[in-house]
Formats: sequence, C-alpha cells, structure tokens
Amino acid sequence: MHELAITRNIVAIVGEAAQGRRVTRVTLEIGKLSGVMAEAIAFCFEAVVAGTPLGDAALDIRAIEGRGQCRECGAEFVAKTLFAACPCGSRHVQRLAGEELKIRAIELADKEAA
Amino acid sequence: MCGHCGCSSAVHGGRAHPHEHIHADGTRHSHVHTHDHAHGDGHEHQHHHGHEDVTVIELEARILEKNDARAAQNRAWFAGREMLALNLVSSPGAGKTTLLERTIRDLAGELQIGVLEGDQETDLDRDRIREAGAPAVQLNTGTGCHLEADMVARGLDQLRPGFGSVLMIENVGNLVCPAMFDLGERAKIVVLSVTEGEDKPLKYPHMFAAASLMLINKTDLLPHVDFSVERAIGLAREVNPEIQALCLSARSGDGFAAWYDWLRRETTAVRAITND
Repeated sequence: MHELAITRNIVAIVGEAAQGRRVTRVTLEIGKLSGVMAEAIAFCFEAVVAGTPLGDAALDIRAIEGRGQCRECGAEFVAKTLFAACPCGSRHVQRLAGEELKIRAIELADKEAA
Repeated sequence: MCGHCGCSSAVHGGRAHPHEHIHADGTRHSHVHTHDHAHGDGHEHQHHHGHEDVTVIELEARILEKNDARAAQNRAWFAGREMLALNLVSSPGAGKTTLLERTIRDLAGELQIGVLEGDQETDLDRDRIREAGAPAVQLNTGTGCHLEADMVARGLDQLRPGFGSVLMIENVGNLVCPAMFDLGERAKIVVLSVTEGEDKPLKYPHMFAAASLMLINKTDLLPHVDFSVERAIGLAREVNPEIQALCLSARSGDGFAAWYDWLRRETTAVRAITND
C-alpha cells in the first residue's frame, strides 16, 4: 500500500515546515487520476501522526478532477480515467490535471488560545 | 498574479472555491469555501479559525519531491557512467527473474549487467542472478510494496556497477505502487505473462502508462491459455499509445533476439546522449 509511504512523506514535509510548532490543519490536493486513494491517506494519516507535531491536525483533502486536452482536435475535456479518450475519439491526449499529489497549505498554532 | 493558485490578483477576496473534502475520520462532503481574507504574496498570514490564532503557510509542496530529487541524483549518476538503468515491473510470478537469468547468460561477454533485486523478503532472487553470472544486490523492502529512489542509491553503493554497464532494477512484484516512484531509470519495462488476463493494462493503467516497453512473457504457454496477444497490446496502447511491445518466452528463449536488439539500441542511445 503506497499510501502509507506517501503519508509518511506528508508528515515529514509538514513536520519540517512547522519547525516545532503545533500543526492544526493540513490541506492536500490529490488528483482523482493520481493513483492515490484519498480514503487510504486519511486512514494512514491517523496512524502516522501520533506523537508528531501533527498529532491533532485536521486533514482536508481536495480532490482534483481529471482534465485532458486532445493533441489532435485541441478540445479540453473532463477525464474520468487515466486513459480516457477525447470525445473526438483520439487517444493522443495531454493530461492537464488530475495527477496532483500536493500539500497545498498547513495551519500552525501560534500559541494556545488565550 | 498569484503564481500558486493562478488567480488574477495578489488579493484573494470573496472567491468561492467549491471542493470536496475527506476528513481523517473518513467522512466526505462537498461544499463551497469562501475566502474573505486578503493577503499579500508572502503566502504566510494570520487569521482566525475558531478561537485560536493560527498561521497559514501555503506550502505548495509536492509530496514525492524527496523521492523525485533522489531519483534525479541517481539519473545523473547513471549518465556520468554512461549506464543504461531499467526498472522492471510486473505482477508476482510474471517471470522477471527468469527473463534476467536468460539475458545475463546470453549476453555474457557483450553487455556487463548488474542487478538490484527488490523483494519484500529473502535473498533467493539475488542468488539466482549470481548463479547466472551477474553481480546482484538484494533490497528487501520488508512491509514496503515498492522500491524507492534512496533504496536504489544504497544498493548502488554495494553493487558498484561499472562504466557503460546495464543496471536492471527488478522491482517488487506489484502492478500498483512501483508506478509512482521514480528510481532514476531510463525506462520502465512492464512484464505481462500470458497466464494473466489480457485486460491487465486497463485494470492497472498507471503502470502501463508509465512503461516504455511491454514484454509479453511465457508465449510458450499460448496454446494452453485464452490470451489474445493482439488484444493485450491493443489495450496497453489505449492506456499508452507510445508503448512498445515484444513477445517472448523466458523458458524457451523464443523472441529474445528482438529484446536484445532493444537493449543494444538503448545502450547505444545512452552513450550518444552522454557524448553529445
């Protein structure tokens, strides 16, 4: 399950960026064609964050729709799968979106609520 | 313009972003999220969320950037040594190790081949490769289901492949996870055996989309199984119109001449690039 390795990467990158501060929220962008299951990331996240500065961070996952552009007719279209053909029938498609695997933003607590 | 989100100004005011959320507890919902705070281009700003002061850092970090950076280092290392590095992927049992054994024996004296063997457990495949006459290092991933670029880098420290050699990285048998992790290879080669379904390219599209070459193996068994080579290649090209395909039998040696020609062309291409 590659989602565990990916979640460990997320926690490492966020931990470095947080520089010791407590992380309250992590926002991810995961493309629907990235090959990564958002549900599995959410599941692994709970296990991996225990005992880290992300221990009680909320996790927001934004799913990014797949989009492609046909190299033959130039049309842009929503791609439901990695191998979706253009409505014109061509399979020569440039993938524009949907393969994202990104940490969009993090929220850090400045101090405990006054 | 904000280079991160692509909006036309540095101020995010009143922009509505509809999106879908999945929370850590598994619940999923969609809603429209309105930003009514303004910030400059520093991408670090404060605002109130509940009753706590928080700092938002717009990190925009690629999750696999460490692996990709390590893979780029491996790629540069291979280029400096004029090495051809190939990442072999397949389901368990498709015949990657047998294919390598025959290749090593047949090309002994012509190509210097070294092997990194990825498996969850055991040194069995490393021993088979050494028996065939090539240096090999076993990389055990334990619970891991794929090789990552830093494991390959550590393997190279032990293997110490020679100038102008060919490195075969036999990935863990798995058609899902290895597709996502660049190891620094020149090409991924996916091995599909005729005892598997010919629809595997559609079931595991990421792997077939990432591969440059598909080797259809165990063709000696074709008379005994319902497997259409033509259909398998057609489906692979639906996922990846550029994928090349060769048919062979690692058991009988049938079809290996074309595979060796492919290897020779690639080794020549690698040298041409480095000497350009």
